[in-house]
Amino acid sequence: MNVVVLVKQVPDTATRIKVSSGGVEIDPRGVNYVMNPYDEFAVEEALRVKELHGGQVTVLTVGGEKADEALRTALAMGADEAVRVSADAKDPLTTARAIASVVRELGPDLVIAGKQAVDDDQGQVGSLVAALLDWPQVTVVTELELSPEGGVAEREVEGGVEVVEFSLPAVLTAQKGLNEPRYASLPGIMKAKRKEIRQVAVDAAVTGEPVLRTTALHVPEERSAGIILRDMDAAALAKELVRLLHEEAKLI
Amino acid sequence: MDFALAPEDRMVAETVRDFAQTEIAPGAAERDRDGIFDLEIFRKMGELGLLGLPIAERYGGAGGTYLQYAIAVEEVSRVCASTGLSFAAHVSLGVGSLNLLGSEQQKERYLVPAARGEFLAAFGLTEPGAGSDAGGTRTVARAVEGGFVLSGAKSFITNAVSAGVTVVTAVTDPGKGTRGITAFLVPRGTEGFHPSAAYDKMGMRASETAEIELRDVFVPDDAMIGGRGEGLHGFLEVLDAGRISIGAIGVGIAQASLDASLRYAGEREQFGSKIGSFQAIQFKLADMAMEVEMARTLVQKAAWLKDQHQPFGQVSAMAKLFASEAAMRAASQAIQIHGGSGYIREYPVERYLRDAKLLEIGEGTSEIQRLVIARGLGLR
Ligand SMILES: Cc1cc2nc3c(=O)[nH]c(=O)nc-3n(C[C@H](O)[C@H](O)[C@H](O)COP(=O)(O)OP(=O)(O)OC[C@H]3O[C@@H](n4cnc5c(N)ncnc54)[C@H](O)[C@@H]3O)c2cc1C
Ligand SMILES: Cc1cc2nc3c(=O)[nH]c(=O)nc-3n(C[C@H](O)[C@H](O)[C@H](O)COP(=O)(O)OP(=O)(O)OC[C@H]3O[C@@H](n4cnc5c(N)ncnc54)[C@H](O)[C@@H]3O)c2cc1C
Repeated sequence: MNVVVLVKQVPDTATRIKVSSGGVEIDPRGVNYVMNPYDEFAVEEALRVKELHGGQVTVLTVGGEKADEALRTALAMGADEAVRVSADAKDPLTTARAIASVVRELGPDLVIAGKQAVDDDQGQVGSLVAALLDWPQVTVVTELELSPEGGVAEREVEGGVEVVEFSLPAVLTAQKGLNEPRYASLPGIMKAKRKEIRQVAVDAAVTGEPVLRTTALHVPEERSAGIILRDMDAAALAKELVRLLHEEAKLI
Repeated sequence: MDFALAPEDRMVAETVRDFAQTEIAPGAAERDRDGIFDLEIFRKMGELGLLGLPIAERYGGAGGTYLQYAIAVEEVSRVCASTGLSFAAHVSLGVGSLNLLGSEQQKERYLVPAARGEFLAAFGLTEPGAGSDAGGTRTVARAVEGGFVLSGAKSFITNAVSAGVTVVTAVTDPGKGTRGITAFLVPRGTEGFHPSAAYDKMGMRASETAEIELRDVFVPDDAMIGGRGEGLHGFLEVLDAGRISIGAIGVGIAQASLDASLRYAGEREQFGSKIGSFQAIQFKLADMAMEVEMARTLVQKAAWLKDQHQPFGQVSAMAKLFASEAAMRAASQAIQIHGGSGYIREYPVERYLRDAKLLEIGEGTSEIQRLVIARGLGLR
């Protein structure tokens, strides 16, 4: 069972983000980049599939040289091969077209992506790739069982679990809870350093025109400090709280 | 000149930080309180590849660099310096001796499993009468048919009860001073070799520290490591490298002190403001941050020199000395910033101070480091 995992390099959620002077991108200086956390579940699941059913795990990303680090993290976790796609990907659709063209060539039995990337939170790429390939897709997967022909996946739905059956090849997107991603082992990190990352260029005729354009990016406004009520008895406190919620916060 | 860490160095840092947060940090306070050395943590460290990080793959290691190892020791020590100490003693001293001085056969037998994390290694130099002055070594190794018989005692030996193998120094040639000291590999369970972890320590309480009683311990000829009479001089590079790791523990403790203090200063209010808004507190934090940066730079430089096969003894002594004293200052200031809360065990900063104190003593006291540095300046 050959699996392709789609990974994206995103800013570490702990780093403070600044918008660059153009106003539509984040300023990459001083930002610590990591593998998108949902993609870690995807990589882990692919490795488990390989351990159970054999085959190969190929990780794929669209991006510049810097994104090799995310691929190397996946290699260090145990992925067999890595492909970095360079393409003029400007929005989820152009990205998905680039990916779909390479996946078609790789011909895997399964594609696993994270359910969304935590940087732009679009959550589109996995689904778009499935649509472009005309493959079944199962999103927000929390449990997976495969047989040579197909699989059964559990999905997280509001207040419960949905169980779906699908045929292969298919595209899945991983939700937190699917598994516990393993650590990249240290010998794995050293070996990953020596592995070759295959570069594939996808040209503009394939990626086509973007359908979305970012026009502005804002950081959230700083929240004003809270109010602490003190030095009052319970009755006065309750009264003051009701007044504030009514008059200031306009919540009641 | 390039101060940037390579991508794989950062990956090592992130992986170990993650691992330390989830596998080592929980329970650090309890292990310290109860003096528990948790071998399960070391089993997991072995699985990750930490216990042979700077050792070549063909000897069971991860094939990493000393710089990466220094980073790993820092990250482990940031959450639990005791674990950092046992990790450092295993890799730098035990595994380091085998790697640098072991015969092929000794490497097969001990280095490979130790680097894989199948067992810990220990290094026994210190004795009741021989601390700073190894010339005071009284443990003797009497040559007999086919080997040696060791008798004497060792004190303060990290990991010695749990270790699968301990490097033990003993006098083979009395009258030759430090040139009469030879090192031997003593596997766990050897008859007459009795380690016991009986110390009730001030800090590093979750690191195993043992006294060893050697009562007519027979070891065969091939247990000798590093050559006859080389038990001290032959191991100088091992000890120099060990200092890098003690420095790295200091960086970890100093960083942890800074982290805790920044957090606290951003929460605690007095006089109607966060104490972090008082310049007196800000200056303390600024000094701590500066010293963390200096200590880390020095430690990483020493490790880098070693990786480049350049002389590193002088810089590693400086790194060890500066980082351990920086850790003491940082931990002490962390307590100060925490006020009364810093003095009680609910907060981790008092542990940082108790742990940091060991760094000024172990693997050569601060006085001895200053002597080493002065010698390096040509002073006699
Ligand atoms: C937790 C812990 C773990 C340890 N782990 C190990 C281990 O794994 N293996 C091992 O072999 N040892 C280990 N040690 C021992 C450690 O290395 C020694 O404690 C250290 O070398 C100091 O020796 P000492 O305790 O005998 O002090 P002493 O040498 O008696 O020193 C006492 C004081 O005198 C000073 N002094 C001594 N000589 C001079 C001088 N010439 N000039 C100026 N000042 C001097 C010292 O700096 C110190 O301040 C460990 C110790 C501890 C506490
Ligand atoms: C063992 C022990 C025994 C004690 N016994 C008693 C006792 O018997 N009776 C009693 O009443 N109390 C007692 N205390 C409490 C002790 O007096 C307080 O801990 C001390 O006054 C500091 O207050 P705090 O802990 O709230 O720290 P904080 O006041 O919160 O101070 C935290 C840090 O902020 C700094 N800081 C605060 N304000 C400023 C400022 N304006 N400018 C610059 N820096 C500032 C402090 O110097 C400190 O470094 C005891 C404490 C301990 C640990």
